[in-house]
Amino acid sequence: METAAPLAVPAATPFLDHVQGLLPEGGNLSACLTCGACVAGCPAAGLEGMDPRKFLRLITLGLEDEALKSPWVWMCTMCRRCLMACPMQVDIPQMIYQARQSWPRETRPKGIMGSCDQALRTEGASAMGARSEDFEFVIGDILEEVHESQPGWEELQAPVNKQGAMYFLNQNSREPVTEPDEMVPLWKILHLVGADWTYGTQGWAAENYCMFLADDAAWEEVVRKKVAGVESLGAKVWLNTE
Amino acid sequence: MWIREGKLKPDSSWNDDLQVKFTVQDPCQLVRKSLGDPIAEDLRFVVKAVVGADNFIDMWPNKSNNYCCGGGGGFLQSGYSEARWAYGRMKYDQILATGAQYCIAPCHNCHSQIHDLAHHYGGTYHTVHLWTLLALSLGILGENERSYLGPDLADLGLE
Repeated sequence: METAAPLAVPAATPFLDHVQGLLPEGGNLSACLTCGACVAGCPAAGLEGMDPRKFLRLITLGLEDEALKSPWVWMCTMCRRCLMACPMQVDIPQMIYQARQSWPRETRPKGIMGSCDQALRTEGASAMGARSEDFEFVIGDILEEVHESQPGWEELQAPVNKQGAMYFLNQNSREPVTEPDEMVPLWKILHLVGADWTYGTQGWAAENYCMFLADDAAWEEVVRKKVAGVESLGAKVWLNTE
Repeated sequence: MWIREGKLKPDSSWNDDLQVKFTVQDPCQLVRKSLGDPIAEDLRFVVKAVVGADNFIDMWPNKSNNYCCGGGGGFLQSGYSEARWAYGRMKYDQILATGAQYCIAPCHNCHSQIHDLAHHYGGTYHTVHLWTLLALSLGILGENERSYLGPDLADLGLE
């Protein structure tokens, strides 16, 4: 009779220790019942032969290399549907975020990295690299067009760098860069309610891809740039719809 | 809030006879990951106010249980397009199951992804921003502000 190979005791995994150290209650990462409730509601299940349960099991069994190196960590959107369904509240999405951080920065997806770098580079923190002067110009241009072509909207405003407004409104770069007319409905709605609002040239862009890149320092730099923009104008409320 | 206070008075009567059907995507970031089911209820309050309660069809599952569309987490920028479409198939089928002609996407990433899913899979639904419909129901939507409306609504309310 052949004897089964003794079950290997997993070596201590630095990754698991690290993630458990970050999370309250250790993120319950060892509490998985392998029930699969996470997989059932996961649209990423099956991509790259991976799913949330398998990802977790690989790591808890000491096979973290296989899990961490899978491009699947960029296909999970960290939507937290798995965590919501989990009877043991195992925080898999946080593990995905940490897994992304285990990739050397230059090996992370170029598109996400590029968007993050553009935000770091531009005054407005625009992931599309839009310059603040262009942002301001487009707003003025579109506003002028509305004033001239839409009867009844001659008084419509879209202030930039107005001091002391109630609301500082962020704007996703996509509108000013590719479809500026799409900003107008929002301006009209704000006009109808009499809102006291402003855009700003500093930190105006709503998006922040540095978080998706899992680059904490860059993420914080982008957030601080936006906060500084809000504070420099003395706005009371920061409206970011992202 | 501005609708409940009466500062905005959307009127859904434009859709009383047309009966154009709408569904809505609950953005993970807004609902499950931050403000929960109460904001999902607020979202439905607004949607019903602008398109008419009878013309709103919910996806299933929804609210905090809703499936992610695949537009978040940087997926749109990651370069893994084939995987992103495969991921979004669940959302695409969910939208089709409602039979709605329009999917309202109150999130930029959701809007891009759901719009792209229709393009990729040949779906006929339109993907629309909430601000477009709010402005439409207020009678203030301009001619150049209708990129995402279908031909059925392209001229509605214009003189």
